Order: sequence, then structure tokens, then C-alpha cells
Amino acid sequence: MSTSQRVIIVGGGLAGLAASVRIAEAGVPVDLFSMVPVKRSHSVCAQGGINACNEVARQQGYSEYQHFDETIYGGDFLADQGPVLEMCNWAPKIINLLDRMGVPFNRTSEGRHDLRLFGGSLFKRTHFSGATTGQQLLYALDEQTRRYESEGKISKYEFWEFLAPIIVGEGAERRCVGIVAQDMRTMQIRSFRGDAVVMATGGCGLIFGKSTNSVICTGGAASRCYQAGAWYANGEMIQVHPTAIPGADKCRLMSESARGEGGRVWVPRQKGDKRAARQIPDSERWYFLEEKYPAYGNLVPRDIATREIFDVCVNMGMGIDGGNMVYLDLTHKDPEYLTEKLGGIMEIYEKFVGVDPRHEPMKIFPSVHYSMGGMWTTFTPGSYQPSQPAGGHKSGSKPPIGTEVGVGMTFGAANNMMTNIRGLYAFGEVNFAYHGATRLGANALLSCIFDGLYNGVSVVNYIQQDVPSQHPAEKMKAEVFEAGVACERAKVDRLLGTVDKGSGDPAFNPYVIAREMGDEMTAASTVVKTGPRLQQCLSKLGELKERYRQVRLGDAAGWTNQTLSFTRAVGDMLILAEVIARCGLLREESRGSHKRLDFPERDDARFLKTSVAEFVPGTGEPRIFWRDVQTSLVKLRARTYGKVESGEGRKQPEAAASAS
Amino acid sequence: MSNTAKGGVKARNVIFRIKRCEGPGKPSRWEAFKVPVEPNANVISCLNWIAANPVTIDGKQTTPVVWDSNCLEEVCGACTMLINGRVRQSCSCLIDAYAPNEGDTITLEPMSKFPVVRDLWVDRQRLFWGLKKVKAWVPIDGTYSLGEGPRETPEHQHDRYIMSTCMSCACCLEACPQYHKEDDQNKWDRSYVGAAVVNQARLFNEHGTGQVLKPERLDALMGPGGLDACGKSENCVKVCPKHIPLVESIAAVNRALTIHGFKRVFSGQ
Repeated sequence: MSTSQRVIIVGGGLAGLAASVRIAEAGVPVDLFSMVPVKRSHSVCAQGGINACNEVARQQGYSEYQHFDETIYGGDFLADQGPVLEMCNWAPKIINLLDRMGVPFNRTSEGRHDLRLFGGSLFKRTHFSGATTGQQLLYALDEQTRRYESEGKISKYEFWEFLAPIIVGEGAERRCVGIVAQDMRTMQIRSFRGDAVVMATGGCGLIFGKSTNSVICTGGAASRCYQAGAWYANGEMIQVHPTAIPGADKCRLMSESARGEGGRVWVPRQKGDKRAARQIPDSERWYFLEEKYPAYGNLVPRDIATREIFDVCVNMGMGIDGGNMVYLDLTHKDPEYLTEKLGGIMEIYEKFVGVDPRHEPMKIFPSVHYSMGGMWTTFTPGSYQPSQPAGGHKSGSKPPIGTEVGVGMTFGAANNMMTNIRGLYAFGEVNFAYHGATRLGANALLSCIFDGLYNGVSVVNYIQQDVPSQHPAEKMKAEVFEAGVACERAKVDRLLGTVDKGSGDPAFNPYVIAREMGDEMTAASTVVKTGPRLQQCLSKLGELKERYRQVRLGDAAGWTNQTLSFTRAVGDMLILAEVIARCGLLREESRGSHKRLDFPERDDARFLKTSVAEFVPGTGEPRIFWRDVQTSLVKLRARTYGKVESGEGRKQPEAAASAS
Repeated sequence: MSNTAKGGVKARNVIFRIKRCEGPGKPSRWEAFKVPVEPNANVISCLNWIAANPVTIDGKQTTPVVWDSNCLEEVCGACTMLINGRVRQSCSCLIDAYAPNEGDTITLEPMSKFPVVRDLWVDRQRLFWGLKKVKAWVPIDGTYSLGEGPRETPEHQHDRYIMSTCMSCACCLEACPQYHKEDDQNKWDRSYVGAAVVNQARLFNEHGTGQVLKPERLDALMGPGGLDACGKSENCVKVCPKHIPLVESIAAVNRALTIHGFKRVFSGQ
């Protein structure tokens, strides 16, 4: 190995930090870039927990394999199956590692890990740390990162914004050899050389305006890679979380763990009932999820709960006071128990709504939450290659395959979670790999850390054994790096050049353009979609792109110019929004989170496929093509979660499997 | 998704007085903005409104206000500032509680104990430096699969969890009379590290594996910049948004320091 080899990691959430620690541990210097001090990354917002099979569940008939089967079924069979198997098999090791790092997981009286129930499973298999599990996991990895930073193995570039990957070569030979980034304080733009670049930049919730995401989750970094030639896959698969508190600046998540700990969703049976929640007796409350889904009840997967809440409020007008709100009720539980298990979210509700949810039912409504889609990545399949896929797994029966490392995805293969550009990887929420068409609760933290730990090794193997070992980035000519910087400098100069032309016309105000994009994307491309509405959305995006070309900034400062950073991101968000809407239009079926009213059925014959968008530089439009999904391990089946039609509810078409 | 108005509080205008500064070494100035308040508004939504409409109350075109923020759920710690003179997160600052009437004023200033980057954004690197100083981590033997960590009682987990919810927001440092602004990084080592850092030292001293570094952490907290500087004003615990028992943490580390000091005397180190 050339001693000058380095790896660049963009993003300091769970995926980025896990990768940093793993790669630094292998003796490779890491340059870690983040728009915020990594301890403030969006992973802190994750609340409920992290899934992994454990001894208690195992002795009740659960297994890693069943976790895998649930994840595939939950994702409506859209995820490539090998990486999901590997992730679920690896999950218990991740819990143990986090435990060793000092994560204060909740404990049983015997001092073992306490577990809670989560959506899409009938077994308790979710490990948690109060209701701020993401925060606690991030802190553990932040601490290990700081340890390596103090030993000189990791260099942090906090308050640096990723602007573009630096790519050399043509076609299949294209290779990523570094990045261009900008210091958000001094506004200095410079290039960094890296033999591999790992994108771990999270989701794109801000494209939808108000979401549960943090301020930095614009999708800008993913869009910049897409514009540089990286493919973007299943962009239309956006998770709308059923339970959030709408606010003026964002929607705040009320974790699925609230339902995992016994929370019940209901509305008054009497339409327009004006009584306060506590005045309405149990018999006059409609627990519509429990009624429609006797087995899973309030813990059906998120897309299903969201659509049912949406149906009750929007189509039936049965929301609280006729508005877009339903109750999430925990008042039947002991307040002390709630503080112990759910303190973090109890406090959020109290602080932001001003009502104590231990004594008053919460009022909630769905909100955009997570992107299952993301940068396209590949992998090397593992050793488990059955002659035909297994049927749905029954609890207690023997799994068809064990948990040996590498059965689902080959350990250390250089291409694991690599994009279509060599040396450019995508880890965590920014890739499309693990969740198919819906992510199960408490699988996100798992997939982020799994990517970092398992596929961090792939990155090391790539730089030490593949092209970079012969042609390290350090030895490349300066021109390509200088050109990357010049290109970004020119974009900035153009934007800053608009300041003095400012007429205050709202049509060209970046904040107004962003708000209109968010409103349009939320209305057209979230809970329910139709072809005509998506067409309209694409026209609107076209209009916004046109206005964006004439965008005017309100700040010319050469120091800490947040308006510049935001405006640049808005342009990139519009490009990604178009991918999301376009793929949603072309996917003429309903699958998981993607619900087309005009195509209500799952259509495996046509759409058991990954949508892939490729940026066409000339037009700026996406070229969309479809790739087969790896479904060789688990056989397709209808995704119903045992729904029964109730007398109360209107009949709603269920996505049925076309048997194959 | 839609907003629902909270009952009772009407749509109105609120005046924001904001202390602004264009960068390190530049003078500060005050600007005022008249902001129409939406239902459920917080300081963040009002700053967002100003960003889209950067015109002062006198009709003067100005630049959007710069501030640090991320999660907006009071769990990342970024958006800490002085609101009406008191340190807190701006995301959880609801306008209905602070300015219920037409024309009420809310004052925003950057924290005073850290160098201003621009406007309300300050540089809190010193706090993260402090976490390195006290080695606030568990020194694990790498990320290999080596089985479970140490078992612990629910009570012990409960205590550690509360300490571990510290989001490095620096409220406790802003409120501390003994924590002084120090722009010169070379002098950080001799200036009081503050309650947040002491609390993290305690957190890791109490972990089954983390305690192996306890002597080093205590060494770091002896002498100048260490716990001697604490004046026991107990301001820290009053402003902590996560209700971390910072005074208990300081007392616990103080006790450990006393024992540590004796050990060092008797072992002749």
C-alpha cells in the first residue's frame, strides 16, 4: 500500500462515523467532512431503537432469518435480498459493539438489554436507549471518532460543505479521486484528494418542505453526485411517518416506539364530536388500526398506518374537529413508566405543544420522514444461493440458512455499496440498498451502522488492492483538481453576482422557490399519487427551475454566507425532486410507500424492478431505466399484514401480489 | 402537511431585536424586524421568515440573519443563543409563550462566552476540545466482534443515560461565572473546562470499561483549567435543557479528585 493513501468520508452521522472508525482502525487515514459538528448530525433525531435478533426472541421462535424475512416483506420485495440478509445476520454483533462502546441501552432487572415491540414484527426485537436511541448511538460513535481524531487517525473538516466529487476517466473506467468542498465560515473552496470517497449524507426531506428531517437534509450532496454521473435509484420511495407533530418550521417525529410501548391511535366514532378527548368514553372511540389489522394493530408498517390515517382524515373527514389530526394515546399507561421508556419524546411533545402527553392524548398527523431510495449501489452476492427462493418464514421453524459471515453479501468485496462510479461509495440513508419500498421502524440505525462497519472493509480493500494501489490519488496531476475547484468557484461567482440586481421580486427569492417546491412535492408525491397530479408536479418543477435560473440572493458576504449555501442547495434539490416525481410517474403500480390511486395493485410483472435515474448533462433531465431486483432468496407473496375489512371503514383496495 | 392553530392566541406581529456582527473583529449592531407570527411559531420559523424577507422595521434592506441550527427538536444543541438575555435553544422557544401580544419584543443575541462567527452563530470548538482533554470515550479493543459489554443495573443505566443526553449545547458554560471567553486556543488548557466536560468525565468514569482511563481523566481535571475553578454558583444545573444533574457530577468528580490526589501523594507520583 502506498503510505499516502487516504479515504474521504462525507457526512458524520451514524453511517459516516461507523465507516470512519472502521477505516481508521485499518490504518488508513480518514478525512471526515460534515456541514455541522458531527455530534449534531441528523442521526440524533432517531428515537425508537435498533433491531436485532436476541436470545429472548430466539427462544420464542424468532431468528435473524425472520428479521430478514420481515424486512423484505415490509419493503414489498423491492430490496435486493442478499445485502438485507447480511445486515440482519450481522445485527446482533452491532448491538454488542455499541454496548461495549458504552451506549446506555435500557436494561432488565437482571441487567440485560430490555427490548420493545416495533412495527412489522410480532416479536420484541428492538433495543433502545430511552426514546433518544439515535442520539445515544451517534454519541458512542462520535466518542470513538474523537478518540481516533486525538490519535491523528481521523481529520475532521466540520462546517465544510461537499460541492462535487472529482471524477477521472470515461465510461466504465470512471473513478472518483477526491472532492471539492467549501468552508462554510471562510467560504474557501478547495479540493481534497482521496483514493475512495464515501458519501454518507443522509436523506432529502427538505425537498418536501416541512419534514421530520434536520435543516441539512437537503439531498444536495446526493444530487451533486447524481449530476456528476452517479445513478439515483428508487427515488419515488419516500417514507411518510404516520405520527408527527406539525410545526411552523418542521414536523417533529413522535416515535413508533410510542405505539411499541402500547400507544393507541384513534378518532371519535362520531364525526365532528366536539368533546375533549378524555370526555369520550372508550366505546365511542374508533381504534381504526386495531380494528382493521387484528394481528399487528397499531404496529402495522408505516406506509399502511399513514394511508389509514390519511384516509380517515382526508377522505372520510373523521379527523379530530374535522381536521387533519388523529389521537395517539398513551394516557392508559403509568406516567412513570412512560418517562422511563419514552422520556425523550414525552418531553418533545410537552415542550413544543405545551401539553403533557402522559395525561392528554397527543394529536398527530403523518409527515415525510425517510428516503428508501437514494444513490444506486452494487454488491457481491454471498454464498447462499438456493435453487429456488424460500417461502414466507414461519416463526419457530428452522431458517434455511445460518448466520455465518458472507452468506448474503461477500465480506470485503471491493464493490459492496459502491456506486456506478468506481471509488465512490454510498452508505446509510443516502443509498437505496436495504429498505425496498418501505423501511421498517428501527431498521435505519441498523443499516447505517452496518454499512459503515461491514462495507468500510470493502473501501479499505478497494484502495489497497484495486486501481488506487497502482494509481493513488496523491500522484495524479493537479489539473483535474484545479478544474473541479474552478467549476465550483464559477457557480458561486454567478450566484453572488445576482445580489446587486436584487429587486426583491419574490418570484426569484430562493426561500420562496424552496417553499413552493416543498408544498408541491408534499401535495403530489407523498401519501397518494396519481399520474395527472405527478404530471402537474413536473410542470411546476419546470417552472421553478426556470425561475431558479434567475434567482437573486440577498447576501453578497464573502464570510459565512448561509444564503449562498442554501440557494445553491435549492438548485440541486429541484433536480432531485424531478427524479422523485418522474420515477413516481413511471412506476405505474402501488408498492409499499408508493401508492398510485390510478394503479392500485402491485404489478410484479412490470415493476418488480429498481427505477434508476441517470442525469443527462445536455438537457438536465433524468434518463430513467429499470433494473432487476435480486429475489432469489425469498419468494414473493402478497403484503397484507392480515387486514380485515371493518364495518366502520370504507373498503380500501389492498396492494395484492400478482403471483409469480 | 397542514398546521392547526392553537386556540386563544391570535395572528399578530412580533418585534425581533437582533444583535448582528459581520464577522470576527467586526463591530456589533442591533437590527429590528417586524415579523408576522404563524400558529405554532418558534424563534426558528421567525428567523426563516426574516431570511426570506430581510427588511428591517425601518424599511431598510439588509442581509438574512446568520445562525446555527440543525435538528430543531432540541436534541442536537446547535441553535443555542441568548433569548431575552437567557441562554437556551431557539427551536424550543415558542413565540406564544414569549410574545403573546401584538408588538411584543423578543431579543436575540449570540452567546457571550464564545467567539462570534457571524450574527448569532458562535464557535464552540473549545467544548469539543474539552471532551478530548478528558478522554470522554470508552477505550474499546477495536470494532471486532468480541461479545457483549459490561452488564449494568437499570438504576445504573438510568443515571448514565441522563448524563449521556448532554448535547454539547454549552448553556451551562454560558451561565457559569467561572467560565470565561477565551479566543486563544493556546490558553484553553489553563481556563476552566466547565460543567459539560466534567459531566462527561464522570459518565465515562462510571462505565465498566471506561473507568480504565479514570486516572488520566482526573489528572486532566487537576490544576489550572480543572475543577478547582468551579465557584459552586450552581448556575449550570439551572440552565441545562436536559436536566442533567451537573452539580452532582461536579461533586462526584471532586470526591474522586480528592482520593486521586491522596493516591498520588502516597505513591509519590
